[in-house]
Amino acid sequence: MGTLYEDIVAYGGEVFGEEHMETLRECVQCGKCTGGCPSGRNTALRTRKLFQMALLDLREEIFNAPELWFCSTCFTCYERCPKGVKTTDIIRIIRNLAAKEGHMSVPHRMIGVYVLKTGHAVPIGPDQMKLREAVGLESQPPTTQKYKEQLEQVQKIFRTTNYDAMIDFDWDTMNLRGMEKGGKK
Amino acid sequence: MTDGDLGLTYAYFLGCITPNRYPGIEAATKRIFKEFGIETKEMVGASCCPAPGVFGSFDMHTWLPVAARNLSIAEEMELEIYVTCNGCYGSLQEADHLLKEHPKLKERTNKVLNEFGREYKGTTKVNHSIVILHDVIGLDKLKERITKPMNDVNVAVHYGCHFLKPREVRGHGSSETPYILEDLVKVTGAKEVEYKDKLMCCGAGGGNRTADTVQSLEWTRQKLVNALMAGCDCMVHPCAFCHLQLDRGQAEMNKAFGTNFNFPILFATQFLGLALGLSEKECGLDIQTTTMPEKLLK
Repeated sequence: MGTLYEDIVAYGGEVFGEEHMETLRECVQCGKCTGGCPSGRNTALRTRKLFQMALLDLREEIFNAPELWFCSTCFTCYERCPKGVKTTDIIRIIRNLAAKEGHMSVPHRMIGVYVLKTGHAVPIGPDQMKLREAVGLESQPPTTQKYKEQLEQVQKIFRTTNYDAMIDFDWDTMNLRGMEKGGKK
Repeated sequence: MTDGDLGLTYAYFLGCITPNRYPGIEAATKRIFKEFGIETKEMVGASCCPAPGVFGSFDMHTWLPVAARNLSIAEEMELEIYVTCNGCYGSLQEADHLLKEHPKLKERTNKVLNEFGREYKGTTKVNHSIVILHDVIGLDKLKERITKPMNDVNVAVHYGCHFLKPREVRGHGSSETPYILEDLVKVTGAKEVEYKDKLMCCGAGGGNRTADTVQSLEWTRQKLVNALMAGCDCMVHPCAFCHLQLDRGQAEMNKAFGTNFNFPILFATQFLGLALGLSEKECGLDIQTTTMPEKLLK
């Protein structure tokens, strides 16, 4: 584990390329990101502050800040940054690093449970099947929720990348382990 | 088939919210495409895209192979994809872009897919359904078939985020002065109305809705108030996930904030569908939260 900046460049670099992540260093704290942020009007999210914290290596402070999760990934700041900082991608990578260290809410972990059980973040139920019939469609779409062998491929991906371990998924109950305890891992 | 027969076939990537919550979007889109000679094939075994701001926020290395697996299904069908959700568009197009840009990433991703005999090759293309309407069917052909013009209807256009942004991936030009949805609304005879913060996010994305639903609904409330203040009759958009937040969100915000919203929300193909002569029922507009005024149905 290096500094937070080094981790962002190394981990995010695997996906976006290191140059993409290194744009974080170009931030001049002008605040244009924060000025146009739809979340910042309603929440404590201050993108400018987040990036200064990242550059100051305030890892625990960022990882424990609830507002880290109030970015809707709308890409407004990404488009407008005068220094070309790849803002939204950097925020997603900071979240990836936070999640890897166990900072992930129960509702966010539950989305993984739905996908592991059905292949869908928003699965179908009997009521929705009736809605499909009402508009003249097959009651169930031909997706992973319908075909077990297809769902198993998605489950295999989650096992290979250890996503199941990251959210503390229990394959026996097909739910989060220790749900009754709630809160963070 | 009629004169407008384009003789094209696409693979429809359904995602989650379209087929599992708002099948009216799926039905209206398929009906319009069929009318213009575009055949839709189902992608058997497709999963969640998976949500770009959600799974992309938790683990890019899980998000990417799941998206690549979905792409590989269309590749096997030797077809281009169309989508009816900006989330699906966001994920599949971004994944395709990254895998084409970074060969090492492609290799790493294919190692995961190879374990169950799949491979991402990079041979499909991810299209948004509204781009097919605008650029493939085209405004002239659409205009010829309008049987129920929306002449006295004032429309608030809502883009959602991942249709336009980031520009370097999406390729639809300026994200601050877009035109595709405006054109599609105007072709029906409706008036596209400027309103405050038109390009603002619905509030749902990036796990924000999941992190704090009521907080996310406050964004939505502001958006709807801005459209109402500008005298709009309805909102037209291109995203199933925005649809969930904007439509079902109104019931949720009425409960959370004690408000009384019932502002009609229509996916672009539902709005166009009505203008092309499809019924409210055929567009699934009678099975959602917000109700349609007579003005839109006459």
